[in-house]
Amino acid sequence: MMFIRYAGYRLITMLLTLWVVSIMVFIIINLPPGDYLSNQIAELQATGQAEGVAKAEFLRVEYALDRPVWEQYFIWVGMAPGPHGFSGLLQGDFGWSFEFDRPVAEIVGDALWMTILVNLAAVLFVYLVALPLGVLAAWRSETWIDYTAAFVGYLGLATPNFLLALILFYYGHKYLGLPIGGLMNPIYEGEPMSFAKMQSVLVHLIVPTFVIGTSGAAAMMQRLRANMLDELSKPYVETAKAKGLAPARLLAKYPLRMAFNPFVADIGNLLPAMVSGSVLVSVVLGLQTIGPALLTALKSQDQFLAAFVLMFVALLTLIGTMISDLLLVLLDPRIRYGARDG
Amino acid sequence: MSILPDGRYIDDAPYDPNVDLSALDRSDMDAPNWLLVWRNFKRHKLGLISGIFLFLSYLMLPVAGFIAPYTPNERNADYLYAPPQGISLWHEGRLIGPHVNPTTAVPDLEKYVWTYETDESIAMPLQFFCDGGSYSLFGFIPSDTHMFCAPEGATIFLFGSDRLGRDVFSRILFGAQLSLTVGLIGITVSFLLGITFGSIAGYFGGRTDWTIQRVIEILRSLPELPLWLALSAAVPSNWGPVAVFFIISIILGILDWPGLARAVRSKFLSLREEEYVRAAEMMGAKPARVIHRHLLPNFMSHLIASATLSIPAMILGETALSFLGLGLRAPAVSWGVMLNDAQNLASIEIYPWTAIPMLPIIFVVLAFNFLGDGLRDSLDPYKG
Repeated sequence: MMFIRYAGYRLITMLLTLWVVSIMVFIIINLPPGDYLSNQIAELQATGQAEGVAKAEFLRVEYALDRPVWEQYFIWVGMAPGPHGFSGLLQGDFGWSFEFDRPVAEIVGDALWMTILVNLAAVLFVYLVALPLGVLAAWRSETWIDYTAAFVGYLGLATPNFLLALILFYYGHKYLGLPIGGLMNPIYEGEPMSFAKMQSVLVHLIVPTFVIGTSGAAAMMQRLRANMLDELSKPYVETAKAKGLAPARLLAKYPLRMAFNPFVADIGNLLPAMVSGSVLVSVVLGLQTIGPALLTALKSQDQFLAAFVLMFVALLTLIGTMISDLLLVLLDPRIRYGARDG
Repeated sequence: MSILPDGRYIDDAPYDPNVDLSALDRSDMDAPNWLLVWRNFKRHKLGLISGIFLFLSYLMLPVAGFIAPYTPNERNADYLYAPPQGISLWHEGRLIGPHVNPTTAVPDLEKYVWTYETDESIAMPLQFFCDGGSYSLFGFIPSDTHMFCAPEGATIFLFGSDRLGRDVFSRILFGAQLSLTVGLIGITVSFLLGITFGSIAGYFGGRTDWTIQRVIEILRSLPELPLWLALSAAVPSNWGPVAVFFIISIILGILDWPGLARAVRSKFLSLREEEYVRAAEMMGAKPARVIHRHLLPNFMSHLIASATLSIPAMILGETALSFLGLGLRAPAVSWGVMLNDAQNLASIEIYPWTAIPMLPIIFVVLAFNFLGDGLRDSLDPYKG
């Protein structure tokens, strides 16, 4: 019962945060002077194309761009009636992309799922790599295993993501025959999901996952190692050893469980960095996520598209953080319900 | 020192059994804090080496033009994508001092690239303190003397040349001027914001604290890069390189302060209850004075250590933004701008040296990490 109340509380705070974020996003998007249409109108007038101007003017009124900014915000969110009544994010209308001349929902469509997929894969990768390596590095601390892990981790932290992506792509293709670019073989695009398509996506995911996950895994591994070291020096470990418990069982039964909480709690710090990384890596590697769409939209001031992508990215991290908070409470009964102080 | 008949050594100094045993450590205990920190830090070899490396790198910045053989935007149309060249000391078995071998470009019409042939038989000695392209020393002293440059008729591309025949080595040196200072300006912005908001939240508590806490939580839960992208897309494209540089560093700093503010706040919450703070307040000190004179000095060193650890994120951020074309732009030279050239697989495969700017990035980021770790570990001299 307490848990459900806590979950409800977390959900409400998340929605409030999301609301504040929407204001921020809207302000940032409107920072550059002018908008896509007014730029287009100026350009059309300069080249003397009267009919184009009329169309752009029509669109300006259609999307309420002629109104004051605060009013535009409420129309965009769907809290105030626009030219066609209430039609905004709340009603599931994501707006119109001027650059592509199509609704935003249609453009991002599949990319949303691909974004979630890529980020999920990266999170999984981080846990699958960081957990065994962190434990091993702590168990065999100050041996070559520890040093190698630390060295690789530091390199992962220090190499710019995008370069790592390019280099891994190149060598992955040269020596392992991994495919280059995209998230699936082009023949499967637009096809319904099938086993072969699934396989193609998985093979294409290898390099991006590795690139996005490495720095996160490195940080996570170091923290887990530090936590484990703290635990391993405690008397109960000594006792367990003296009683003849097998190393693997000993590790898994006590210290690991203790060191595990920060590991779960950390996802709140990890996720924003991973989503950032996935945007960057998607642009470099040409993955069909929303990363490239964001870049084009920002460059051409395609405001509804850019705003939606930013909102989606924020939502993704917020949901992830919420899930990790809830998991943490389930895992560790000692954590008080309510405010978590850090 | 005298030797006893049985061969043992013995100290001649008078021995007083009553002297306090701890007197030996007395000098240690009276030593100022910074000395203790320094002693601790010296033991952290990796941190020490990193610190020296970073110190030298920053020392190099104002005189980058002198060290670099070329100026950053000097084009050599005859040497596009020239591979790295070495400097050798021996020529045909004789030591003749540092020299280069001239190279000539030969078009490879099959692969459609330039290949470079080195003429091993001719040795052309390097020139020192010679005249070259003009630059300004320390940013305001115009000069055209370079530490070394290529002899007439030859080139000296230590790290090869890029798409326009510009020297990669020289560009890395010049690029350091922007890439390394971006982090410093960004961290200053983040420091000011973080300390201000963190201390306000921690000192006053209550509703102010609650509001600032929520803002921090929101900012921390957002992915940085998309916001950086959005903010830098708002920078007007007609601004000069210097203005863009400053605004980019400020943007990098604006999103970084929450972490710092949180650390400051939690420190303040515990320090606020100390007696000396009470005393200062009783004597009528204003909050600003209490914060400034009594609280901040307490953990300034910790803040500096954590700031050192967050500079790398900014350097990488600048690189990423410039790489995507939303950060610094072409006439400006930074490591990110240079990597923009290495954006595709083709250039990595055919001209791998265009990706060399990643090496200084990795070194600098690692160095900052090690230095920060070392500082953090050695800041508490009374512990352990």
